[in-house]
Amino acid sequence: MIARLLEGVPRRGLAALGALLLLLLVFPAFASGYLLSVGFLILHFAFVGQAWNIMMGFAGQLSLGHSLYVGLGAYAAAALYVHFGISPWIGLGASVGVAMIAGAVLGFLAFRFGVAGVYFAILTIAFAEFARIGFDHFSWVQGSSGFFLPVANYTTNDLWNLRGSPKMFYYLMLAMSVAAFVACHALLRSRMGYYWQAIRESPEAAQALGVNVFRYKMAAVVISAAMTSLAGVVFAFYYNNLFPEQIFHISRSIELILGPIIGGIGTLVGPLVGALLLTGLAEGMREAMLQLGVEVPGVKQVFYGICLLLVVMFLPHGVWPPLARHLGLERGAGRREER
Amino acid sequence: MPVEIYLNVAASGLLTGLVYGLMALGLSVIFGVVRVVNFAHGEMMTLAMFLTLVLFNALKLDPLVLMVPVAAVMFVLGYLMQAGLINPFINRPEHSQFMLLVAIALVLVNVQLIVFGPDAQGIRTRYSFDSFKLGPLVTDASKVYAAGAALVVAAALFAFFRFTLLGKAIRACADNYDGARVVGLNVKRLYALTFGIGSACVGAAGAMLMVVSDVTPAIGPANTLLAFVIVITGGLGSMPGALLGGLLIGLTEALGGVLFTPSAKSMFAFALLVLVLLFRPQGILGRRET
Amino acid sequence: MSARLEVSAISKSFRGLRAVQGASFEVPAGSIVGLIGPNGAGKTTCFNMIAGVFPPDAGEVHLEGRRIDGWRPDQVCAAGVGRTFQIVKPFSGLTVLENVTVGALLRSNDVSSAQKRADEILEKLGLGPKRDLLASALTLPDRKRLEVARALATQPRLLLLDEVMAGLRPTECDQMVAVFRELNRAEGITILLIEHVMRAVMALAQRIVVLHHGEVIAQGTPEEVVRDPAVLESYLGEETEI
Repeated sequence: MIARLLEGVPRRGLAALGALLLLLLVFPAFASGYLLSVGFLILHFAFVGQAWNIMMGFAGQLSLGHSLYVGLGAYAAAALYVHFGISPWIGLGASVGVAMIAGAVLGFLAFRFGVAGVYFAILTIAFAEFARIGFDHFSWVQGSSGFFLPVANYTTNDLWNLRGSPKMFYYLMLAMSVAAFVACHALLRSRMGYYWQAIRESPEAAQALGVNVFRYKMAAVVISAAMTSLAGVVFAFYYNNLFPEQIFHISRSIELILGPIIGGIGTLVGPLVGALLLTGLAEGMREAMLQLGVEVPGVKQVFYGICLLLVVMFLPHGVWPPLARHLGLERGAGRREER
Repeated sequence: MPVEIYLNVAASGLLTGLVYGLMALGLSVIFGVVRVVNFAHGEMMTLAMFLTLVLFNALKLDPLVLMVPVAAVMFVLGYLMQAGLINPFINRPEHSQFMLLVAIALVLVNVQLIVFGPDAQGIRTRYSFDSFKLGPLVTDASKVYAAGAALVVAAALFAFFRFTLLGKAIRACADNYDGARVVGLNVKRLYALTFGIGSACVGAAGAMLMVVSDVTPAIGPANTLLAFVIVITGGLGSMPGALLGGLLIGLTEALGGVLFTPSAKSMFAFALLVLVLLFRPQGILGRRET
Repeated sequence: MSARLEVSAISKSFRGLRAVQGASFEVPAGSIVGLIGPNGAGKTTCFNMIAGVFPPDAGEVHLEGRRIDGWRPDQVCAAGVGRTFQIVKPFSGLTVLENVTVGALLRSNDVSSAQKRADEILEKLGLGPKRDLLASALTLPDRKRLEVARALATQPRLLLLDEVMAGLRPTECDQMVAVFRELNRAEGITILLIEHVMRAVMALAQRIVVLHHGEVIAQGTPEEVVRDPAVLESYLGEETEI
């Protein structure tokens, strides 16, 4: 199994990945509390970016409403924990279930009725906005006044209930990111991966080759939604508060797709590289501004916007593909290399 | 609740819907010709609203008069955006164009946040508290004026596309890009003009909306979505469809707001969108593509 | 059933414009049949109805006795019909091998056996040396070959070829003709081809169906068809390739 997974990955790429993993593993030993939280954020975005990438990068379906799945995942697990004391490890079943149902309904509506391309993207936004307003009025989870988890005790780590130190969350997110990376790698070289890419490149040609386009698009949405909802679970237990205005907001959806776009859509390494670059730069800028004593809301988003603008204009395939070529990881660990 | 209240709410929804319709008309014109979806539409609308606010505070002129300079400024902005940023993207994949406009929207909304702050700001005109009475109907004078202005601008736009040479040239571009080039039309310039015209619509709609509501940067993304919902509901590329969609959405939101709670009114617009996508994906007045 | 494909009185209109009207013809099992006619005669529309891109307004399509009109393209493909597109639709971002593997997956249990099949087909069509190139890097003749290779990878019993020779040089054209003859002879693949290159049609087809203004105006052996006065008339008026 492992041998099959590794098959075809260039050795230099493998070495680089190993080194990166080692670095990420020892990072908390040296990092301050603040740096650790930045590290968590980077891994969080890398994970969600990877999940989004399944839909857009692999199957070519542009979702601008992924905050929907983050929010549903977060609320489902948090509500079960707060109301019934159910462990998030069990609650995540509900999170994944709800997110998959939402994805399936969205996908069914869109793909059955020929809503494609940009209209599909609009529909995803509409779903997320629908959820945002709906949760604002959902009194079981306190509506717009926000839903709070009992604040964690930082001296002991209770992994079962996800109550513990930032370090625990960091390692949890790292484990999830590694798992997502491996899973996406395996998916991409499976039958499904081939079919997704075929659909992305030309749905008509894929269908003429016997691919049930509807079924595989649905699979992409549902799998991506399920993965994204897991990030929501961790998000809820890490931040301990949930506001529909924030978690379902369209700016969140856009924030979480910046990583893979800047890193390189459709590549496995892209989401990680993008998250690293973007979060690193944004946090660095925030620090610098703090030092200078200026605090203006919105500056980070303007920065994001300019980054996105520059990347789509000058690096339409993202940062990673040219970087990989430069580093001699031709078509890098990101894409399969046959032979 | 007595029937009159519903009637009044419906009338007010329809009037606001006309202004929405004009905003959506801008989106529809841009999409119909340039085939680019302007994801920064709502953000441009709030920009126009802030512009109206600034001019109003400086000149103390009626927003419906300020509509002219605001539309002109927005025209120039739209023209430059298309000529400078979007034209190089004409042959790029759809999602790439979309991402470009997402980036523009992100910059626009947050620059507005930095410049104008997050608080709601409004304008008070001398007719702000006037109302008209027509039988059982009582409507705000400002809404009537704004809706009237929206109708005038929309009519001017229809006339432009139907009767002027330039309007016909733009329609030719929309019908057949290559054909238009073959007969010697400067397509990129026409695209820029179209984007300018669409932006001017948004500018005019923004000035009108300033008469009836407040502005915050945060309503930009919501308005973008609203414009899309209207255009998809009415039928993409159909100019009367955009107006009809605006009326429908205005009505739906107003009635949804009064039947349930005002903060949940947008949910009804989305519900309408889903219904349209289910039963008539090409929109109410749209043509099915083959 | 001796007919692999039986098309009975199919019609299709687009916004009131009649593209195909009551067209009927048969493709006997193991044969090569050419579908010819001037531009706009409705050839590709016929193909699209057979391949399931859209259903006919009227009429029926039977594959080996089974009615298939109204099926989705992937169902038609799974039933044993492979097709190419007149305007080639390669998966541009994938390699040549990956392109063909997508087709081969239809009748393979796993990716590696599909890759093996794809490799064999690429060799057969002379694309072996280009297997690792991105499809977007191919020349037009190679893209046409890729189109055929992908369709063949689905192991069709009926192959629909939509102008795969157009734009090829005469020698390349002859190579393709040889490939199709071989496929037909050795593997028994039935072929229905739309073709403007008469040299290829004459060399390949045992039967020819002539469409004009959406109607079948003649069918028979190539010799019969070229002598048919209706065919001569329709072609002399518009094209003089015959």
